[in-house]
Amino acid sequence: MSINDLPRPTWREWLLTDTPTSRNHARLANMYQAWLAFRGNHMAMFGLGILLFLVFVAALAPWLAPHDPFIQDLGARLQPPGTPGYILGSDSLGRDILSRLIYGSRITLYIVTLVAIVAPLAGLFVGTVAGYAGGWADILLMRITDIFLAFPRLVLALAFVAALGAGIENAVLAISLTAWPPYARIARAETLTIRNTDYIHAIRLQGAGPLRIITKHIWPLCISSLVVRVTLDMAGIILAAAGLGFLGLGAQPPSPEWGAMISEGRKFILDHWWVATMPGLAIFTVSLAFNLLGDGLRDVLDPKEGKS
Amino acid sequence: MNGITIENLNVWFGDYEDRVDAVKGASFSVPKGGSFGLVGESGSGKSTILRAIMGLFDTWSGKIEVLGETLTHKRDREFYRKVQMVFQDPYASLHPRQSVDQVLSETLSLHGFKDIDARISKLLEDVGLGPAFRFRYPHQLSGGQRQRVAIARALAPEPEILLLDEPTSALDVSVQAEILNLLSDLRAERKLTYLMVSHDLAVVGHLCHDIAVMQLGKIVEVLSIEDMRALQTREDYTRTLLQASMGYELRG
Repeated sequence: MSINDLPRPTWREWLLTDTPTSRNHARLANMYQAWLAFRGNHMAMFGLGILLFLVFVAALAPWLAPHDPFIQDLGARLQPPGTPGYILGSDSLGRDILSRLIYGSRITLYIVTLVAIVAPLAGLFVGTVAGYAGGWADILLMRITDIFLAFPRLVLALAFVAALGAGIENAVLAISLTAWPPYARIARAETLTIRNTDYIHAIRLQGAGPLRIITKHIWPLCISSLVVRVTLDMAGIILAAAGLGFLGLGAQPPSPEWGAMISEGRKFILDHWWVATMPGLAIFTVSLAFNLLGDGLRDVLDPKEGKS
Repeated sequence: MNGITIENLNVWFGDYEDRVDAVKGASFSVPKGGSFGLVGESGSGKSTILRAIMGLFDTWSGKIEVLGETLTHKRDREFYRKVQMVFQDPYASLHPRQSVDQVLSETLSLHGFKDIDARISKLLEDVGLGPAFRFRYPHQLSGGQRQRVAIARALAPEPEILLLDEPTSALDVSVQAEILNLLSDLRAERKLTYLMVSHDLAVVGHLCHDIAVMQLGKIVEVLSIEDMRALQTREDYTRTLLQASMGYELRG
């Protein structure tokens, strides 16, 4: 029997093999197996679906939105949901709420992405350096972390925004500055357990320096628990951003930021409930989606649960 | 020239009232190309000596000489090209997120080798793993296969001295024999010097020419393997240890 008579492996078999034939093959097989584990969690898939939908809506906002989010039509103000042309109603200036929600998803994603990049990276850096270096560096870095942790989060963010001026960028900066300490704590705790394992000793015995050990050997092991924590914190970050918007310190009118929209609707909440409720539902849905996704990711990524 | 000479080595952990002296005044020497075993009960300081030689602890005093050079508290990469170590537990000594290929290629590039691809294939062949194992992750390997990868990693810089910290104690009996045969073949091929820690006298008897018996951080006695087999000891503790161990093996 020649090699051509053997059945060619299907993609699935190729990805599930125990004997990968190249670096990329091994990496793809690993990712596929993680995906299979993740796919089994229906709630997490539901959360992922909502978030993909959010990304889709944000990307195609100009084509999906029935109206311009900024054009005012005082003749059609405070239309209830279901009015022809205004599926989710209109606000006090006659702007279509659905269009504003669609454009607002861009702002939400922008804030979430920036905070999700800045805060965990800062925390990872501070935590791993403190954990690996030990001694005075550890004491100094962790006391700074403690100081940040001791402030109430929203109050600190408010103080920052008040000092730097209102606006989305400053809101992101303020939220990041208050969000990194928990990540530093997690990263340090992980580093302390990792730094005395034999595989770190083994790479030290090859003459590797601390920079290489931290970035190439400790970071990959910390990242999974940070990713889980970030997705679970996302809901809080969205709420903090919305809270700043509500207080008038985040996105400025007429920007269709969801928190700012709730703030505008507050004045009419008893007579015209939809103005505040619709953006509230949007915030609720996205926060819930992130929570579900975080739960699923924890099951897949947590090294303590799975195989070593 | 001696491979390893240790004179009056002390290793301790902690300070002041918390201080624990793990090794007290140990002295022995291993000739170049020789094979030396450290035996003793758990906690007698055997592994601590190995880790002090490798520079994993800073808190030691005394004299450690390797291949004619006296060591300071700092080790450079040149030292790690000559001396390597295999750890006890193969389940803990491989990075869980790195494939065999990543482990070996990083080691080789750290030591400045250029022909990394060819060397990885050669190393895997030398330790009895085929090319099929090259891109596997630790969770896809058995204990014995992991230990072979760890040995390949230690051999990568082409060292002259290999320190073995109970290399078979975490493996089951049939795999132990394979790993021991591999180690003795490698020693013959590459003219390696071994310093080995074990509490299993059969393992030490298989690989070593001389042994040092340790108790509570001190070296009680140094004797040859023939003397060990014939129970020709000067110290009572050695005889007790040997008899206890042999009695156990007879019963087992």
